[in-house]
Amino acid sequence: MKLLLNALTVIGEYFMFLGKVFSVPERWKQFFKKTIDEMYSMGVGSLPIVLIVSVIMGAVVTIQTGLQIESSWVPKWTVGFTARTSIVMEFCPTILSLLLIGNMGSRITAEIGGMRVTEQIDALDAMGINSASFLVLPKIVALLIVNPILIVISMFLALLGGYLVALMGTVVAPYDYIDGITSFFRMYDLYYALIKTVVFAFVISSIASFYGYKIEGGALGLGKASTQAVVTSSFLVLMLNLIITQIML
Amino acid sequence: MITVKNIYKKFDDFEALKDINSQFEKGKINLIIGKSGSGKTVLLKCIIGLMKPTSGQILFDNREFSIFSEKEQKKMKMEMGVVFQGAALFDSLTIQENVMFPLDMLTEQSMEEKLERTNYCLQRVGLENTNHLYPSELSGGMKKRAAIARAIAPKPKYLFCDEPNSGLDPKTSIMIDELLFGITHEFNTTTIINTHDLNTVITIGENIAYLQDGCLEWQGNKENVLTSDNQKLNSFIYAQPLTQKIREFIKQ
Repeated sequence: MKLLLNALTVIGEYFMFLGKVFSVPERWKQFFKKTIDEMYSMGVGSLPIVLIVSVIMGAVVTIQTGLQIESSWVPKWTVGFTARTSIVMEFCPTILSLLLIGNMGSRITAEIGGMRVTEQIDALDAMGINSASFLVLPKIVALLIVNPILIVISMFLALLGGYLVALMGTVVAPYDYIDGITSFFRMYDLYYALIKTVVFAFVISSIASFYGYKIEGGALGLGKASTQAVVTSSFLVLMLNLIITQIML
Repeated sequence: MITVKNIYKKFDDFEALKDINSQFEKGKINLIIGKSGSGKTVLLKCIIGLMKPTSGQILFDNREFSIFSEKEQKKMKMEMGVVFQGAALFDSLTIQENVMFPLDMLTEQSMEEKLERTNYCLQRVGLENTNHLYPSELSGGMKKRAAIARAIAPKPKYLFCDEPNSGLDPKTSIMIDELLFGITHEFNTTTIINTHDLNTVITIGENIAYLQDGCLEWQGNKENVLTSDNQKLNSFIYAQPLTQKIREFIKQ
């Protein structure tokens, strides 16, 4: 009962926090500048990890798919087709978003939590500035823009990873792989993937900011908040993945 | 002048402030002193609007802060400058950007005007050549001075400082005290400082309020703080061996 009450309290606090975040920025110029800065640091900062993980993930998915489809009754291009469908619809949007929770989410919690601990948030409030909106809104908007871009880049890189495996010639021939990834492509699959990434981006940025903003207990609280943010975001991303999939497919 | 009337603040079952009544005078250094956990920071946060008192009134020159609309409260916060215990400078901004920040966010001044005011404030606190440095590149005392420069940049009527001397060596503490004293008298601000630094108490305490366990136990000034008969105040003032010797000297 107490656990349920605590959960409801946190949910209530989260929505009140969002109410503070979504208010008209005090200075549009400052807001745009901060959003661009955030987009740059989030986007460029995450590119190396996106590159490495996507290529490897695409290669592994292709190998595994190839090993599952070894029957002579199944056309060879099925490997590329199945790998592409898995990569576009599930692996890139969900796995990459889970990875970005650890990368960007914990960074956001640490940054905002650090500002809370060192009274920088109090300083903003004392000046009469809406600190939640000033600090968090640019981060949410930036990630809503950056996350789909990163995921699209990731899709291309993962497909490239699959092609590199095909070049080795053990699982599938390169022309069969290209034939497969270009067959029966539906734009709706991409829309579905992009809608998921936008929803996940909102969850990652808002949950990470929320836990950072309400931090208590100094450096110890900072570590605890980062863990809570990562766990809660991961759980919500997986749950929303299920819900969106049920609704859209 | 700032007047607090019947301020009461409760956190769950803990009473942090109990029926505080006091006046903080204009153009003077008003000190709130007391042990750690006595309620000094809670009282200061209530006054500057970072916490809502459970009950009571806070009047700024007879204007009650809590009954104002959000827009009016925001306007009124522009009249306040706050120096936090750890300086609370924004890590990602240079010292110039930090000092200019309230002007950027709260005023419609041109870039030239803002730059002129920023340079004046930095010069006033003795940080002329630090414009392009980041807070991490400054010493503790310099950070405090930069925070004072940021607090005075929008020409506040009210200046609040939470333990401005904490973590500083005695010489730098004296420099900060002199700076706050000079600013208060030069700009005629109502200055409230939270401290437990006895040197600050006996050198610049023009109006002193002593808090203990959330109660206002004594009010006076630097002239009578050392000679008071209040047992609770004396237990705070004469807690250290050095001050006990001073007390014996005064008695003799």
